[in-house]
Amino acid sequence: MLDNQKKLLEIKGLKKHFSVGGGLFNKPSLVQAVNGIDFDMYHGETLGLVGESGCGKSTAGRTILQLYKPTAGEILYDGVDIAKLSREEMVAYRKKMQIIFQDPYSSLNPRLTVGSIISEPLSIHHPEMSKQDRIDFSKELLMKVNLDPSFVNRYPHEFSGGQRQRIGIARALAVDPEFIVCDEPISALDVSVQAQVVTLMEDLQAKMNLTYLFIAHDLSMVRHISNRVAVMYLGKIVELADRDEIYEHPLHPYTKALLKAIPVPDPVYAESHPIQPLEGEVPSPINPPKGCYFSPRCPYAKPICLEEAPVYEEKAPNHFCACHFV
Amino acid sequence: MNETVTDVQDISLAAEGIGVQLRSNAKITWEKFLQHKLAVISSLFLILLVALCFLAPLIAPYEFDAIDLMNIRKAPSLAHLLGTDALGRDLLTRLLYGGRISITIGLTAALLGTVVGTMIGSIAGYFGHWVDNLLMRLTDLAYSIPTLPLIIVISSYTDTQALGIVLIIGLFSWMQTARVVRGAILSVKENEYVTAARALGAKDRLIIIRHVLPNISNSIIVGATLGVGNAIITESSLSFLGLGVSPPTPTWGNMLMDSQATMSSQPWLTIFPGMAILLTVLCVNFIGDGLQDALDPTI
Repeated sequence: MLDNQKKLLEIKGLKKHFSVGGGLFNKPSLVQAVNGIDFDMYHGETLGLVGESGCGKSTAGRTILQLYKPTAGEILYDGVDIAKLSREEMVAYRKKMQIIFQDPYSSLNPRLTVGSIISEPLSIHHPEMSKQDRIDFSKELLMKVNLDPSFVNRYPHEFSGGQRQRIGIARALAVDPEFIVCDEPISALDVSVQAQVVTLMEDLQAKMNLTYLFIAHDLSMVRHISNRVAVMYLGKIVELADRDEIYEHPLHPYTKALLKAIPVPDPVYAESHPIQPLEGEVPSPINPPKGCYFSPRCPYAKPICLEEAPVYEEKAPNHFCACHFV
Repeated sequence: MNETVTDVQDISLAAEGIGVQLRSNAKITWEKFLQHKLAVISSLFLILLVALCFLAPLIAPYEFDAIDLMNIRKAPSLAHLLGTDALGRDLLTRLLYGGRISITIGLTAALLGTVVGTMIGSIAGYFGHWVDNLLMRLTDLAYSIPTLPLIIVISSYTDTQALGIVLIIGLFSWMQTARVVRGAILSVKENEYVTAARALGAKDRLIIIRHVLPNISNSIIVGATLGVGNAIITESSLSFLGLGVSPPTPTWGNMLMDSQATMSSQPWLTIFPGMAILLTVLCVNFIGDGLQDALDPTI
C-alpha cells in the first residue's frame, strides 16, 4: 500500500554524536546518540518511533528537524538534502516541518500570552501580516484544537496540561506544516487527556494531510496511531514494519521483549503470565558494545553477534530488521 | 492561510498593529505595578527627591559653598533645618546639591553596568562553547583587576567629571551581572519553548530578547538595584581619596566621608547624608520588587 505513495522524507545513514565533558587537558568523550539510521517517510502516514529512554529517539527527531546539526548522513526532504542547507536556506523548510513537545510546561514561554505564542510563527514568517489578522488567525487556530478563542489574552499558567499541549499543537500548526515530529506528546498527560489529544491529532492529520513522526514509549498508543512502527535500540533502528506486522510477527529479539513487556489490563491474565523483563541494562552510548548492540542482553546471542554488527535489511516485504538470525 | 497572508500588504498597518500590542502589554504591566503599594510610594518619593535635588538652585535656602564661620557645626535649627558643617555651610542645601550628582551617578552607572553585564552574560550563556569561554575568562580577568588602583590610575589621567565617574564605575561593575545572567540563561535556554522558537526559524537575537531575557528579568533587576547602592558608595570612596567629584561640590558620598571624624559629637552630619543614601537605595529596591511582580504574569 505504501509503495505507490510519494516519499516525503528519506533518512540515510543519519548520525548524531555529542561530545561531553573534556577540558583543556582531557579529551571529551563521544555520546553516540544516533548511530546510523535509515528510513523513509511517506506523505500522510504516521511512523511510530519507539524505544527505551535514552535510546536516541528524541535526538533522531530533533536532528531530522535540524535542531541539532547531524554528524553524518542525509535528510532528503522532497529530494532536497536539508542537512546541507545554510541557516537562511533552512528557514523556508522550517515552515514545512514542526515539532510538538513532551513537556507541556516547559514548552510554552510563561511570559507570553497564548495569542503571542501561537502567532509567533506568523510574526517570523509573515511579518507583513497585521496584528489584528494575527490575532484573528490565532483565534481560528485555537478553535481548530478545540479551545476557546477567547484564550488569546491568557497566560500559559492558567491552563491544564492537556490544554497547554493543545496550545503547543496550535503553535506548530500555525505555519501550516506538512510534517510534524511528535516528541512523546502524550506521555506527560493523564490517561483520559491522552485519548483526547491523540484523537485531536488524528483529526488534524486527516484534515490537514499531516505526516507524523510519532516518538513514544507507550506501545499500545503507538499501535493505535501509527501506520508503521520503527523500534530503536541504542541509537540504531533494529526493526521497522507495518503496524500489524510488527505487533503480530516481530522478528527482532528486542522487539519481542518489548512487546512482551506491555502490561495487560486483566489481573487474571497478568497473574498467570508474569512479565519477563529483559536482563541487564542498556549499554552506555559512550562506549557501545562491539558487534550487535543488543548482544549483551540478547537471549539468543551467538559468538558472531559479539563480533559483527548485523546488517539492517529488508527481511520480508516492507519488513526491515537488523539481526543475524532472522 | 496563504491567501490571507498575501492579501495583507500594508506595512504601515502592520507597524501600527505591533504598536497596539506593545502598548497593551505595557498597560497590563503598568496596572500591576500600580497595585504594588510600596513600589508606588517609593517611586513617588524618589521622583520627589530627584525633583527637589534638581531644583536645588531655586529652592535651597543658601548657596552650597556659602561659608559662614560664625555658625560652624550647628545642630539643626530653624535657620539651618539640618544643621551646618565644619565650614558653616548649610547641610540641607548641600544635601540637595549633592543629591544631583549622587543620584545621577547611582542610577546611570548601575544602568550602564547592568546593560553591559546583561549583554556579555547573555551572549556567553546563550551561545556557549568558545564564545562562553572567551567572555567568561574576560570577566574573570576584569574581576581579578583590583578596581580601586585602576580607577585611581585612570582618573589621574582624565578630568574626573561626573560623566567620567559614571563611565568608570559602570565599566567596572558589570562582572557580577554578567555571571548571574549567564548562569540564569544556561538554565532558561534548556526550556522547550526556546527549542520551539528555533524550530520556527526564529533568529538568535529574537530568541534572546523575546524568550530568554524576560524569563531572567528577576536576576537582572536584583543586580541593577544592588548596583545603584554600590555605585553611590564607590563614588564616595573615590571622593574620599580625592578622585571623585572634587570639593567644594558636594556629593552624598563626600559629605559622609567628611563627617567621619565628628560622628559622635555632631551626628547630624553623618545621619542626614547616610539617610539620603539609604532612602534612595531602599526606594530603588522597592521599585525593583514592584517591577519583578509586575513583569511576572503568574503573580
